[in-house]
Amino acid sequence: MKEYLLGNAAIARGLLEAGVGVVAGYPGTPSSEIIETLVDLKNERSLHVEWSVNEKVALEVAAGASWAGMRAAATMKHVGLNVAADPFMTLAYMGVGAGLLLICADDPYCHSSQNEQDSRRYAQFAGIPCLDPKNPMEAKEMAAFAFEFSEKFNIPVMLRPTTRISHARADVEIGPEKSPLEKHQFIKNPARRVALPIHARPLHSQLLAKQAAMEEALESAPWNSLALHGNVGIIASGIAGLYAKEAIFELDEDLSLLCIGAYPLPKKKISDMLEHVSRVMVIEELEPVVEEQVQMLARIVNPNVEILGKAGFIPREGELDFLLVRNAIARMLGKAERGALHSPALSILPPRPPSLCAGCSHRATYYAMRKVFGKNAIYPSDIGCYTMAVGMGTVDTCLCMGASITLASGIRFGGETESICCSLGDSTFLHGGMTGLLNAAYNKARITVTILDNSTTAMTGHQPHPGTGMTATGEATSAVSIEALAKALGAGLVETVDPYHLDETLESFQRAKEYPGLSVIIARQPCVIKARRGGARPQFFLVGEECKGCKICLDFGCPAIEFEKDKARINALCSGCGVCAAICPAFVIREVAR
Amino acid sequence: MRTSECDIVIVGVGGQGVILISDVLGRAAVMAGKPVCGAETHGMAQRGGSVINHTRIGCRFSPMVASGGADVLVALEPGEALRFAHFLSPAGVALVNTRPILPSTVTCGMADYPSLQEILAPLKTRCCKVVALDATALAERAGNAVAMNVVMLGALARYIPLSEELTIQALSLVVPQRFLEANKKAFALGKAEVE
Repeated sequence: MKEYLLGNAAIARGLLEAGVGVVAGYPGTPSSEIIETLVDLKNERSLHVEWSVNEKVALEVAAGASWAGMRAAATMKHVGLNVAADPFMTLAYMGVGAGLLLICADDPYCHSSQNEQDSRRYAQFAGIPCLDPKNPMEAKEMAAFAFEFSEKFNIPVMLRPTTRISHARADVEIGPEKSPLEKHQFIKNPARRVALPIHARPLHSQLLAKQAAMEEALESAPWNSLALHGNVGIIASGIAGLYAKEAIFELDEDLSLLCIGAYPLPKKKISDMLEHVSRVMVIEELEPVVEEQVQMLARIVNPNVEILGKAGFIPREGELDFLLVRNAIARMLGKAERGALHSPALSILPPRPPSLCAGCSHRATYYAMRKVFGKNAIYPSDIGCYTMAVGMGTVDTCLCMGASITLASGIRFGGETESICCSLGDSTFLHGGMTGLLNAAYNKARITVTILDNSTTAMTGHQPHPGTGMTATGEATSAVSIEALAKALGAGLVETVDPYHLDETLESFQRAKEYPGLSVIIARQPCVIKARRGGARPQFFLVGEECKGCKICLDFGCPAIEFEKDKARINALCSGCGVCAAICPAFVIREVAR
Repeated sequence: MRTSECDIVIVGVGGQGVILISDVLGRAAVMAGKPVCGAETHGMAQRGGSVINHTRIGCRFSPMVASGGADVLVALEPGEALRFAHFLSPAGVALVNTRPILPSTVTCGMADYPSLQEILAPLKTRCCKVVALDATALAERAGNAVAMNVVMLGALARYIPLSEELTIQALSLVVPQRFLEANKKAFALGKAEVE
């Protein structure tokens, strides 16, 4: 039976069909829907699925489950693997119990990420096999295949979908599910499970020794497919294989084609291609992982073959698409390229940038922060919805999860004398901010840390976290107190405010600014999207006829405030937070009875 | 050589129901036994940004429609039709809901929103046919303004290689049962606009 599925939903189905027992992850676009799909499908299935505190935690939980004999997977976005890199590198030495799959979703073009790193490099670095699907169906098959491969070679396997796989949709064949094995136990084996130097050295040798066997086994994987035709060839990896197939079909050319979907690379198939052709183009998104190997092999197999790729044909940054690949192939063949069209009259269109929602409490918090700390203060920020407030002058940095606090500390120690007020969300704080706060307290950084607590992981789709009192599957659990945490980590001043109450928020920020040590302001108000879904009914606000048109409320930047015929107006987007009424110098914005 | 039977690009603003149209098309294509694929943008949908979905019926290749390749551009918002007009094939059809959603850059007075004429005129130079309809008003007439996307689906139904019966069957799997009648009415009103 076929279903029209999102790539991430297809991956989730693949996990169930392989009898996965534990899945752990941290939300991050484009990976989040894998766990969300499993949560929706869980029902009576004996499956442990969790949102972990961060990606390192997720991978370690999955590894533990694997060592207990349960097939397990960890999900994350590409930059999440940086957080999980520590267990990742050593797990390659230590191996698995039952199959262990790391699903790491890359984001070429940075659709919603801070960089476009290529996780195939990580897999190569760690010596871990990597599966690089070209469509949702392959992603599902690979997810199931990965567990068997992982068990056969006693090694974790990486599945690396990109945005155009995870957020593609396609007709996907659904198969029967497997139940996880009934009995599990952790088998003690210090030589494999305790990474002392005396154990790590032989494990490293074993890891290197199994590379050739894994390569041999993947030569015949269905995703490494070679079709020899004319004496000009294409070697394409992942989704580039799909673009190349489409281009060859459209150009109606008799080219040889090697599609690559599994690493370590199929050296035999590459050699067959190199022996067959006089010219070959390597097409892959981001890094020249395949191209470098092809260059090395060509020296041995056929030094005369002309190899085209990153130099002049295929960009090393951004994502590829059909037209780009088609034109690169056409150029190689001396055929006409097809120019990309541009939309006509674009200049008359107003921009439509995404922005903080009407009534978003982050806007109110940043307004108060800026008013108290002023334009000369330094505002390190972090990763979340609030990064979109860069236009408010309170987002001076955004590096990686939790880096606001540590950058703020470093900026202070580096000699900056202005006030420093950094900000990060609740989920980001729990993910990677706590250690930074502990460090700031321990090393006596005089900064203010603002935790923008909207009680959810909003940016990625409102996943729960340890502060929400709810697990991924909706069960009640302990809710950590961010106030108690901040105090325990060593903050001197800890205050909680409701950012909708502008006066109290301004007063709190003032105390924090003057505090001669580490201060923490927790600005707590539930995300407006979540509140609306939860049935919250807004109060109504109106701008009175007396409005002088000073535009001060407009500068606040709320999408619910419009300007029409020299006067401000409140539109239907209003969530009733009332902050604009507190900002209006003429006091003409008023609450009206329902 | 064509690499797809029918290429559709659906655009709009977050919250207008772009994905629902694609979901219905995909399910109907699966029922018809046709290969189908698509791609969409996530993440900014709830925050007032532009949304685009690619749906390719009878296609086993890239999930994205190439620039200049769309047989149909379905725009749930007129400005977005122009923003993504480069996807239209010269032989293509543009179906445009005429009801604008003003971006914050306009409501706060930083930019102007063009007139419908200013939007439709350049669009007409890019494809063989533009159908402009007030789908929001038609959806209101059908009993539910939210069904605007289904009005547009009804208009689209004429241009796709899928039977109306299968499309409605897929629609009934996607919308809540209690809204099904209003949605069927919305579909019929949209369809009537292009007949």
